[in-house]
Amino acid sequence: MSDHEPSYHPSNPFSKWMDSRLPIMRMMHGQFVDFPTPRNLNYMWTFGGILTFMLVVQIVSGLVLSMHYQPSDAEAFNSVELIRRDVNYGWLLRNIHAVGASMFFFAVYLHMARGIYYGSYKAPREILWILGVIIFLLMMAAGFLGYALVWGQMSFWGVTVITNLFSALPLVGTGITKWLWGGYAVSGVTLNRFFSLHFLLPFVIFGVVILHIWALHVVGQNNPTGLDIKTKSDSVPMLPFAIMKDAFALAMFALVYAWFVFFVPNYLGDADNFIEANPLSTPPHIVPEWYFLPFYAILRSIPSKLGGVLMMFGSIALLAFLPWLDTSNVRSTKYRPIFKWFLWAFFFSVVALGYLGGKPAEGSYVMWSRVFTLYYFAFFLIIMPVVGLLETPRKLPSSIMDAVLGGGGGPTAANAATAAAEKR
Amino acid sequence: MAPEAKTGTALPPIGHGEPTRRDFLTTAALGWAAVGGAISLWPFIQQMNPDASTQALSSTEVDLAPIKEGQAITVLWRGKPVFIRNRTKDEVEKAANVPVGDLPDKGAQNEALADRAPATDQNRTKKGHENWMVVVGICTHLGCIPKGQGLSDQRGEYGGWFCPCHGSTYDTSGRIRKGPAPRNLEVPPYEFVSATKIKIG
Ligand code: HEM
Ligand code: FES
Repeated sequence: MSDHEPSYHPSNPFSKWMDSRLPIMRMMHGQFVDFPTPRNLNYMWTFGGILTFMLVVQIVSGLVLSMHYQPSDAEAFNSVELIRRDVNYGWLLRNIHAVGASMFFFAVYLHMARGIYYGSYKAPREILWILGVIIFLLMMAAGFLGYALVWGQMSFWGVTVITNLFSALPLVGTGITKWLWGGYAVSGVTLNRFFSLHFLLPFVIFGVVILHIWALHVVGQNNPTGLDIKTKSDSVPMLPFAIMKDAFALAMFALVYAWFVFFVPNYLGDADNFIEANPLSTPPHIVPEWYFLPFYAILRSIPSKLGGVLMMFGSIALLAFLPWLDTSNVRSTKYRPIFKWFLWAFFFSVVALGYLGGKPAEGSYVMWSRVFTLYYFAFFLIIMPVVGLLETPRKLPSSIMDAVLGGGGGPTAANAATAAAEKR
Repeated sequence: MAPEAKTGTALPPIGHGEPTRRDFLTTAALGWAAVGGAISLWPFIQQMNPDASTQALSSTEVDLAPIKEGQAITVLWRGKPVFIRNRTKDEVEKAANVPVGDLPDKGAQNEALADRAPATDQNRTKKGHENWMVVVGICTHLGCIPKGQGLSDQRGEYGGWFCPCHGSTYDTSGRIRKGPAPRNLEVPPYEFVSATKIKIG
């Protein structure tokens, strides 16, 4: 196994000169080449790299779209059509950006589910986790603002419904909505400021991502066993091992992404958004983009306006408190025989809420939304604290290396292959 | 300060002894800087509120003569739809006979009246023009436009308006009767400038 002591040795005069002035190459080498990664990481650990890639894709494709897009009431919808029909490769750039938003959320949901399953939010990774929740919130804001820019019917009415949520707040509510709109209703003025903010947010996200990775590299990565790296044999250097795995996963991800971009670019969109915004007619059935549906279902399941709004924001805010709601001292759900079932039921509820959020709010759909909303909150507020105290965890392997070699948790095929490659 | 320099000791630990003149100056300076910072934020926040041109567009005149009994039209006022309905006698009567106690929202929601005016049909129309119902056509739940203006539209079980988004049902006086909307449809400020013409705003 290669040695992962710092191995940066500037070889030419320029890199030596640079190294004594701004040792950026040394830092990059230490953080992304030699960095010790647990040797048993599975493919769920590849989404961090994929998310970084997606952020760059959104920034680059968004930047070129903004060269053709016009954020005005009269021109916005037409300029998007112009991009799709007349701008050179505009169809491609537009599809890359629109499908990219969906792929970005798909990856972030898996990334978060990984964190929850393997207890990656527990000490010492609380700050890392909270920075992740902040990124998620900023992404939701960016996605919402971006969808508004198309200025189709669903853009317009989505913005109307979501900005009206703030009017539920007592006293300040209507003042806030007027302030957000810059008028007495959603209008071109609103669109213009949404464009400014949509342009800005990804760069803010970029900044928080740097903090997120910094926090990660201070405490190190978690892994499927949830054990800490104890000896050198528990880890491998990031390059080539983790990087190669990331690269392969990214290629597979890109394949799916490209399939959507080239063959079914509008599959994830909504037909109503091909109709230009009309402030005088509400589409019969308003639905947000798929990645907001679980939260939309929670909003609608509560019969009171303010209550629905508080529960919806609460369902996301709760995530930030996970490190303290979970009372178990075992990180990985793999070793938690009881919690495991509750966790899978939780994942199921989120998917079910997503399905229900896309259905009309009537009859049994509402009833089921309430059931799953109740479970969502009960999972965090009751099950997590209580099960952690009552459950007897399975026996943990003595080390990551031990788990890889078949003691305890049992390696997955992928882990065994990494281990075999290692031994050569 | 002088004795400190002589003995060469560090500043006294925080929370011990009397606050010094330096503590006072530091706190005052930081406080003043915070006030300045907060004040300079104001223009950056305030610029997002409706601008002068938006506020100026705030009145619209509407000719009511072509609207027959039982018909309704929608006009735009401040970017918002306003429903104007020429109600039938039967509709007026039904609206007037509802006891205020039965209503989820007991406030008139009429900009021309005091906040606590009860939501009687009288308080939501103009005297002598009781057949005319003028309300902002925005559901007070999350801002969709309720159905009920077209003759073939679904109007809900109270015969007024029905919001398809989450099922709020309004009566012929535009008052919420059922569903998640918290308030009655808002009555905008308007007046009759002649027998068949109103000015909204
Ligand atoms: C976090 C990264 C980003 C996300 C999640 C995101 C999301 C979105 C979404 C969902 C849309 C609507 C797509 C549609 O349905 O057509 C959109 C449109 C747009 N975005 Fe972004 N975006 C991001 C970054 C950026 C950046 C950095 C820029 C500019 C520098 C930008 C510029 C635009 C423009 C001009 C449009 C309107 C044109 C169109 O709809 O294709 N975006 N964005
Ligand atoms: S917006 Fe009308 S019922 Fe929700």
